[in-house]
Amino acid sequence: MTMTSPTPTAPVRLAPSPTGGRPDRPSRFRMGAGQQMKGGPFAYIALAVVGFGSLLPLYWTLVAASRTQDEVLASTPPFLPGGQLVENVRTAWEQANLGKAIVNSIIVSSSITAATLFFCTLAGYAFAKMRFRGRGWLMTAVIATLTIPPQLSVVPLFMMMSGLGWGGQLESVIFPTLVSAFGVFFMRQYLIEALPYELIEAAKIDGANNFRIVVSVVLPVARPAMMVLGMLTFVQAWNDFFWPYLALNQQNPTLQVALGQLSASYTPDQSIVMAGALISTLPLLLVFVLFGKKIVGGIMSGAVKG
Amino acid sequence: MATSTPTRDAYASPPREPQKEPPSERRQLWRSRLWRFDDKASPYAYIAPFFLVFGAFGLYPLLYTGWIALHRVEMTGLDTMEWVGWENFDKILHDPEFWTSVSNTFLIGVISTVPQLLVALGLAHLLNYRLRASTFWRTIILTPYATSVASAALVFALVFRADGGLLNWTLGLVGFDPVNWANGHWTSKLAISIIVIWRWTGYNALIYLAAMQAVPNDLYEAASLDGASRWQQFLKVTIPSLRPTILFTIVISTIGSMQLFGEPLLLEGGAMGATGGNENQYETLSIYLYNYGWNLGHLGPAAAVAWAMLALLLLIAGVNWLIGRYVRTSDSAV
Repeated sequence: MTMTSPTPTAPVRLAPSPTGGRPDRPSRFRMGAGQQMKGGPFAYIALAVVGFGSLLPLYWTLVAASRTQDEVLASTPPFLPGGQLVENVRTAWEQANLGKAIVNSIIVSSSITAATLFFCTLAGYAFAKMRFRGRGWLMTAVIATLTIPPQLSVVPLFMMMSGLGWGGQLESVIFPTLVSAFGVFFMRQYLIEALPYELIEAAKIDGANNFRIVVSVVLPVARPAMMVLGMLTFVQAWNDFFWPYLALNQQNPTLQVALGQLSASYTPDQSIVMAGALISTLPLLLVFVLFGKKIVGGIMSGAVKG
Repeated sequence: MATSTPTRDAYASPPREPQKEPPSERRQLWRSRLWRFDDKASPYAYIAPFFLVFGAFGLYPLLYTGWIALHRVEMTGLDTMEWVGWENFDKILHDPEFWTSVSNTFLIGVISTVPQLLVALGLAHLLNYRLRASTFWRTIILTPYATSVASAALVFALVFRADGGLLNWTLGLVGFDPVNWANGHWTSKLAISIIVIWRWTGYNALIYLAAMQAVPNDLYEAASLDGASRWQQFLKVTIPSLRPTILFTIVISTIGSMQLFGEPLLLEGGAMGATGGNENQYETLSIYLYNYGWNLGHLGPAAAVAWAMLALLLLIAGVNWLIGRYVRTSDSAV
């Protein structure tokens, strides 16, 4: 990946407005561009079809989780939820250590999110607004790390964690993801636009040292972007599968790991597996219902532009 | 990557001392030294956590993988490493299963990335219209992103079941015979691609949408003055303006498809995952690595697989770079 963009696409900016920078406020005075054109019925039909396809598997998780295994595996699959949900959830809870898994998932996701927010805001601020030797190529290095798959380092990582005494412990999942390249980039893009130099200079003239500036100038300005980054990070940490599956074990799993192990057992009961899947998805769906607009805006603004 | 630089440099003038009575000359000297040290060191202190974490848990293990690949290390005794030279590489390179998983990874990557990005482009175009409840539509198409690999793969395992699966039942309505999705060589790859496409199309559509909204209006106005139809505008204005973004999503999706692990592991919802099907028909490189290291317990060959993946990644990056250069040189129109 290179750092230069050949075509003059403006970087998409996350406008620091309370609306979360929804960029498509329709204006009837401008015309000609695709974004001002009104969508015809075809657009709605196509979106409805795609939306239906997006939601169907989630709905079917609920259906399967609330039925018995025989009903789920019948030659005509059920289409409406049944009355087995509570029963299945209880069984999954006992079989797959789900109680512990939920607590673990919450610990892992929130500590990763908190650390990522703190470190990424600091680094993003430094890259956006501070002048120091090597800033350009260090930023390039940060972005380049986005392209390294975790697969390349899991074998020694596993040995290191065991050597540190963290084998099978939550630390082995938390520490490698304390700070993310995406987060640094995201905060940097936001702060370039949102934090005027005048504000920093004013604080300097008032005699604030650098850390004081971070606390009383940068953090308040960065708060909207931190909200978005926090949600994106939480979703990612909650759903992470590959490394946790290798690093953790049956006694001390996260939700995703417990789910994987449940399905890999000798005779997995499909409706119970689905009950587990439902439990692991529900909290995030709730977050999506509540903050969907913010998350959508965050992904659109955080897209690392090519 | 458009990394915009600030319009002016930080701290054009050095920070001034607060205008108070000068306490004593020595003290002032000390304070200004402290100021200067604070200014010089702070940026490095702020970016240090990233580089420390990445160095300790990313870069160092990445390099150390190469060293482990030259040793025999077993899961049963992680402390003992025995030098074996190129044996591990020899082993995997002469293993037909390795090459199967290379080609599986490649094929699944192509049949998941290409349709995904094309559909995402179309979706973004639709979402770029003025729509009622536009946020609602955007959120709906993004919901699969909220689902974990594990849940998604397990639901689709039921959808793709050979008898009584939702998909085969639907196909039966239209008069098709049931398909044994997980057992077929192509159908299993298709099934995995569909899981990937389901989870990521909405995400990519939003990235394209963001880029589309950054295309200056004048370009469209000029094009429509020249009599370009909407389809021509899409082809001649939208797509060229999106080229860097498209290239970016191709890179990210390619890297993502190299990592496919949860989808194949859980496709059949049972113990079959560790070998990627009874004939390894959907075994990816990550599954192969997992099987060697965590299922069979031989970490040496697993590390060798990691280095093979690195080589493959560099190859793909090289091809991407060449394509990018080609795109750039033939890009004088915009």
